[in-house]
Amino acid sequence: MREKEVEKLTIRDVPNKDYFIWGHGACPGCGVAIAVKNIMRILGPETIVYVPASCLVVFGAQYPFSSFDVPYFFSAFENTGAVISGIKAALRRKGKNALVVGLAGDGGTYDIGLQALSGAADRGEDVLYLCLDNEAYMNTGIQMSGATPFGAWTTTSPIGKKIKGKRRFKKDLDHIVAAHDPAYLATLSIAHFNDFVRKVERAKAIAGFRFLHVLTPCVPGWKYESSRTLEIARLAVETGMWTLFESYENESRVTYKPSVMQPVTEYLKLQGRFSNMTEEDVNTLQRWLCMKWWIHYKDQVEAPPCRMFEAERPLAHDGDPLHGV
Amino acid sequence: MVVKVISADHAVAWAVRLAKVEVIPAFPITPQTLIMELLAEFINDGELDAEFIAAESEHSVMSVAIGASVGGVRTFTASSSQGLALMHEMLYVPPQVRLPIVMVNVNRSLGAAAGIWLEHNDSMPERESGWLQCYVEDNQEALDMVLQAYRIAEDERVMLPLMVCLDGFVLSHTVERVEVPGQEEVDYFLPRFRPCVTLDPSEPQLINPIVPPDYAMEMRYQLDRAIDASRRVIAEVDELFGRTFGRRYGGLLQTYKMEDAEYALLSLGTVTTTARAVVDELRSRGEKAGLIKLRFMRPFPEKELKEVTKDLRSLGVFDRSLSMNGFGPVFTEVRGALSSSGIALSDHIGGLGGRDVTLEHIREIYSDIALGKAVQDGANWYGLRRRRK
Ligand SMILES: Cc1ncc(C[n+]2csc(CCOP(=O)(O)OP(=O)(O)O)c2C)c(N)n1
Ligand code: SF4
Repeated sequence: MREKEVEKLTIRDVPNKDYFIWGHGACPGCGVAIAVKNIMRILGPETIVYVPASCLVVFGAQYPFSSFDVPYFFSAFENTGAVISGIKAALRRKGKNALVVGLAGDGGTYDIGLQALSGAADRGEDVLYLCLDNEAYMNTGIQMSGATPFGAWTTTSPIGKKIKGKRRFKKDLDHIVAAHDPAYLATLSIAHFNDFVRKVERAKAIAGFRFLHVLTPCVPGWKYESSRTLEIARLAVETGMWTLFESYENESRVTYKPSVMQPVTEYLKLQGRFSNMTEEDVNTLQRWLCMKWWIHYKDQVEAPPCRMFEAERPLAHDGDPLHGV
Repeated sequence: MVVKVISADHAVAWAVRLAKVEVIPAFPITPQTLIMELLAEFINDGELDAEFIAAESEHSVMSVAIGASVGGVRTFTASSSQGLALMHEMLYVPPQVRLPIVMVNVNRSLGAAAGIWLEHNDSMPERESGWLQCYVEDNQEALDMVLQAYRIAEDERVMLPLMVCLDGFVLSHTVERVEVPGQEEVDYFLPRFRPCVTLDPSEPQLINPIVPPDYAMEMRYQLDRAIDASRRVIAEVDELFGRTFGRRYGGLLQTYKMEDAEYALLSLGTVTTTARAVVDELRSRGEKAGLIKLRFMRPFPEKELKEVTKDLRSLGVFDRSLSMNGFGPVFTEVRGALSSSGIALSDHIGGLGGRDVTLEHIREIYSDIALGKAVQDGANWYGLRRRRK
C-alpha cells in the first residue's frame, strides 16, 4: 500500500472478515484477544502465525480446534524470532510470499525471548514480530516480567510488609529493538484505533524486520472490571504510561500526543494491581513519567509538563532507578 | 564419483551439498565448526543453492530448523556437546511434529571437568527425545550416513528427525580417503523432499497446538510406533544404498565374525575399528571372538540383537559415556534387551573425556569378556590411572 493511502486509513477501512474467530477461550475483556482479532483482520489471509507459550497459545488454539483461520504453529516460549526466521526462509526457498508473523507476550519478548528477537532483528529477517504486552507473565498466573511497571503488584512482586510491588521501572524494550535498526518499529494502543490501523498496515506493507508493540490490558492481571479495557488502554496513553510513536526510514516520530498530561493516579486508581502503592511510590512513578513525557514530546511541549519534574530536573540519572528522575 | 582425502566434518558437508539441503541454520562449537565453515563456503561460492542462517544460539538454531522444516524444505544442522544441550528443549519438537530434520552431532564431552574431546555423553541423553540416533565409525560412513539419513527420515512411514553422531576429533578432524559420490547417483538415491504437512496460506493448517489429555497420549503412542516402524525402513535404505553406491553398513547393527563366536564385544563409533583388529588377533589364535557394531541407539535394535547373540556365552558392552551410578547407557539398554537370554553381560567403560582407547585396552576387555563373568555391581573401567576391577 502506498504511503499516502496508509496515512489516510481509519477504523472504517478495516476489513470485517475475521482470521481470529469466535470460540477462543480468553477472559472477557482480554486486551490480547482484542489486539489479535483486529491485527489479524488487517493482516488478512496471506499470513502465517507463530505463537510462543503465552495466554494466546492456550486460548487461541487447542487440538483439534483453532481460532486462527490461517496456518498456525507453536513450539516453545523463547524462540519466536528464530522460528519465524526459519518459516520465512522456507517460503523464500519455495518462492512463496506470505507474511510470517510472531505473536509473543511481553515475557516471551522482553525477557526469555530477547535473544532470539535480537538475532532476527540483527539479521534483518523479513518478518513481523508483534509483542502483546500485558505487563506480566499471565499464562503462568501473573508473575512480574521486565515489562511490569513500577509499583505494580504481581505474584512475584507481592505487596509485602517490607517490599511493596515491583521496584524497577518498565524495561525500555523499544529502544533495545530500535538499536537494531529495524525496518519498522511502532507502539500501538487498542484505544487509538485509527493510529493502530495505520501502523499495522504500514508494518504489513514494508519489507524487512518489523516490530509492533501493543499494550494489552489484562483483566485478572491488572485487576479491573472487564468492561474497562479500552478506557484503561486510553488512560495509559493520556497519562504517559504508554506512548504512541513509530520509527522508520531513520526517522522517529510521535504519532499521537495527548493534549494535557493526566495525573497517573487517573490510570492507577482503576486497577487493583496498583491499589497498595504508597503515596511516595506514586510520586516516584509520576516523576519518572514526567521525565519520559519530556523526552518523548520535547519538541512539542514548551515547558516541562509537571511541577514536580521542573523542581527536580537538574538531577542526572545515575543508573539507580529511584534517583535522577 | 571422486576420491578425496578429507575429515569426517568435511565429508558431512559434502553429503549435505549432495543432498541439496535448502536451509542450514548454524552456531559454532568445536569440533563441529568445520562442517559449517565448509557449507558456508559452498554457499558463498555458489556451489550449494541454500540459505545459511547464522543464528544467535543453538536454541535458536534448532528453532530456525524447525521453522524451515515445518515450512516444507529440507533442513540440516550440526552441533556438539554444550550446543546440543542448549537445544535440548527444542529437540522434543521435531519428533512429535514429525519433521525430518537431519542433524550431525560431533560427539564431545559435556559439562564440568570440561573439555572439547570425545565422549558420548552429550548425545546419549537425547535418545529419549524421539530422534532417531545413529553412530558412525569412519569418514566414509559419516558421508554415506547423512545421505541415508535423509532417505530414512523423509520416508513417509517414518517422518522423524535423525541425529548422526560422529566421534569428535578422532573423525571430525582426521583426514581419510573418502569416496564422494556424483550428483546424479545421489539424485537417484535421494528424491526431493515431499513434506506431509506444511504451513501454507492456500491450505491453512493448525500445526502443533496445545494438546489436551484426550489426545496427547495417542500422539505419544503414534510417535513410539513410528520410531519402531523406522527399523524396517533403515534396513531397506541400507540395501538400496548398497545397490546404488556399493557400500552396505548393515542397517541397525553390523556383525563381525559372529557366525561361530562364543563371546563378543558390542561397540559403537570409532572403537569398533580397534576392536575389529583385536578380533582378528584373537581369531588367528583360534579364539572364538566376535564383534557387534551397534549403529543405532534409536530405534534400539532389540530383536536384531537377540538374534545375533543367541549362541553367545558372554557379551561385553563398550560404553564411551556414563549414566552416573554404575553403568553406561549402552550397557543398560543391552541388558534390558537381553535380560532373559542367560548370556553373561558385562559393561566396559573407557575413552571418557577424550582419553585414547588403545589396542591394549581392547585386548584386556576381550580377555575379561572371555572369562564370562556377568557384572552385577558396576562396570569395569579401562585406562584409568588407577584401575578399579
Ligand atoms: C522455557 C520455558 N520456561 C517457562 C515456561 C512457562 N511459561 C509458559 S507461558 C509463560 C508466561 C508467558 O508470559 P508472556 O510472554 O508475558 O505472555 P502472556 O501469557 O502474559 O500473554 C511461562 C513463564 C515455558 N513454557 N518455557
Ligand atoms: S489472563 Fe489476561 S491476557 Fe490472559 S486471557 Fe485473561 S485477560 Fe487475556
